[in-house]
Amino acid sequence: MNGRPKLAVLVFPGSNDDRDAAWALGALGADAELVWHAETELPRRTGGVVLPGGFSYGDYLRCGAIARFAPVLEAVRDFSAAGGPVLGICNGFQILCEAGLLPGVLRRNRDLEFVCRDVRLRVDRADTPFTARCELGQELTIPVKHGEGSWYADEELYGELEAAGQLVLRYAEDCNGSVGDVAGVCNEARNVFGLMPHPEHAVDPLLGSGDGALLLAALVDAARERTLTTV
Amino acid sequence: MRVTVLVRPKQGILDPQGEAVQESLRKLGFAVGGARVGRLVDLEVDAPSAQEAKAQVERMCQELLANPLIESFEVEVGGA
Repeated sequence: MNGRPKLAVLVFPGSNDDRDAAWALGALGADAELVWHAETELPRRTGGVVLPGGFSYGDYLRCGAIARFAPVLEAVRDFSAAGGPVLGICNGFQILCEAGLLPGVLRRNRDLEFVCRDVRLRVDRADTPFTARCELGQELTIPVKHGEGSWYADEELYGELEAAGQLVLRYAEDCNGSVGDVAGVCNEARNVFGLMPHPEHAVDPLLGSGDGALLLAALVDAARERTLTTV
Repeated sequence: MRVTVLVRPKQGILDPQGEAVQESLRKLGFAVGGARVGRLVDLEVDAPSAQEAKAQVERMCQELLANPLIESFEVEVGGA
């Protein structure tokens, strides 16, 4: 046993950023373990969960719509209900929305293009476990790569989320037609967070930006804290 | 019993796919004033009556086949 908090990185059929996420978390001081979707429990001492990017179940029906029935999702529901930190990246964000763990839905990009480039983001809430290492209003550069990342909520829901401080990250440039330029949202309890950009692809300046490490390191912090208090 | 579900982008919801289809049809010379692209699901449902089949499929739509935030659905029992 070492002092590294355990992060469970889920693997669905069609996930393709699971290893990148596990590698990045490992580089940031976590012990990342890949967990197959058919598992019914998370590993012992799990302090945080990541749903990675990819095309789970071939994006059949709607992105993320089928993955929500994966056995491991029940364990994630229990973990999040108990306050454990859960991060969904890209397809992981889509899954969390379809599972009802996050508000809204991801639609096809407004211009129908698969957007694959670095984007500038603005941190609109620094009071979440995932943005605790960021300053309010800080600009981050993190890549996106998605065809269906245009986040949508109707006016009423959008107003509620804004008032509750759940609209955590916004694009600081035009990206995909998301309502309010929202790039990342959290749940009411602030322990579940999803975003379309890929922080695991931006953990080293050699890769263009190290800004993603701010978000992932904050998750590692939260997982460490959770491990100390509950396990 | 054969049940057909039509899932459509809700009124007022941007449908970029439909717009692209419309634009392409125009390029082919067709006068198309609008296009919306949805999804069709044909189901074989075990149910004692058409009413019961419809009720079941409506629940399927609410729980999985459509996302109520952005999609509306229509259920036809005994469709061809």
